[in-house]
Amino acid sequence: MAIEVRIPTILRNYTDGAKAVNAEGATLEELISNLESAHPGIKDRLVDQGALRRFVNVYLNDEDVRFLGGLGTPVSDGDTVTVLPAVAGG
Amino acid sequence: MRFDSLIDSVGRTPLVGLPRLSPSADVRVWAKLEDRNPTGSIKDRPALWMIQEAEKDGRLTPGCTILEPTSGNTGISLAMSAKLKGYKLICVMPENTSEERRQLLRMWGAEIISSPAAGGSNEAVRVAKGLAAENPSWVMLYQYGNPANWRSHYEGTGPELLEDLPTITHFVAGLGTTGTLMGVGRFLRERVPGVRIVAAEPRYGELVYGLRNVDEGFIPELYDESVLTTRFSVGSADALRRTRELLATEGIFAGVSTGAALHAALGVAAKAVKAGERADIAFVVADGGWKYLSTGAYEGTLEEAEDRLEGQLWA
Repeated sequence: MAIEVRIPTILRNYTDGAKAVNAEGATLEELISNLESAHPGIKDRLVDQGALRRFVNVYLNDEDVRFLGGLGTPVSDGDTVTVLPAVAGG
Repeated sequence: MRFDSLIDSVGRTPLVGLPRLSPSADVRVWAKLEDRNPTGSIKDRPALWMIQEAEKDGRLTPGCTILEPTSGNTGISLAMSAKLKGYKLICVMPENTSEERRQLLRMWGAEIISSPAAGGSNEAVRVAKGLAAENPSWVMLYQYGNPANWRSHYEGTGPELLEDLPTITHFVAGLGTTGTLMGVGRFLRERVPGVRIVAAEPRYGELVYGLRNVDEGFIPELYDESVLTTRFSVGSADALRRTRELLATEGIFAGVSTGAALHAALGVAAKAVKAGERADIAFVVADGGWKYLSTGAYEGTLEEAEDRLEGQLWA
């Protein structure tokens, strides 16, 4: 088992077009580092100066990680992590 | 109830219990029926407030043209008020919004400028800001950054909820401009210790997120993360399933974004049951289902409906 990471269209140039990739780690930060080793360049699109980029939203099992513990949020096998750009509603 | 005019009848909407969807006598779910506003959505509240505030501070004077980026409901609300008050309205609207919204806007006399489907409301905001710069005499009320938006909920929606449900423990609403959550959230936090404010954010099909890069995202100026307890992303499959469940079990015919809010509300309810806590969870029915009939959201299997919604802005 691993953690499924869903990749938005605009970042699929880092994943050879894959909509979802598997990665491992005990926290979101580790997961993103693990992702970076398989898909170089992607970390810089997600993280800036030790925090999630302003217009990047990351959800752990559909809950926004900014309300869970940010990059320190614990993750485990079977979880789904979704990355999305911030868009407007209304 | 008697009012001097339609505009005066905005607000004071019913709060109804959901006896069948509530998990237990200790964990109850309540629906705030905002579709009972004059044009059929919660947006009548911020639209009226934004117009009245702009009139007070002299930005809006008789004969003015109002410009607004909107995926529909705010535009429809503004169109009604503008019609009655003698303003011209121009709405910038993504082309992937339902036909009903366009017809309604035209009926109330608004002019529609379409923005590209890719990028969703982000594009509408960008196009509207450009038009505002080119036409300095137009008044952009700008729901994403206008404090009158959240004030309308702080002064109206919030107090109504607390009056009807003094035992409220959770408030759940859709996240768009963030006005509802900011206004009701601030009001309740000042008065109800430990109240939890939960956002349900619509997760659309991929086309809507087709931005050129992640630095071109959009966060409404009104958004203050500290008002929220948490935020859920709800996909169209869950939103559709809950929209139908609400109709089938409780008889409420709501729009698809309401299904997203209900999904989050029922998730919160399940957690409360598991933790053995008492809960009174109020969520917002932002509008009725009428404007979404042509999207096919209510017909056929859920899978078919989900396919038809792909690429559309359903909230």
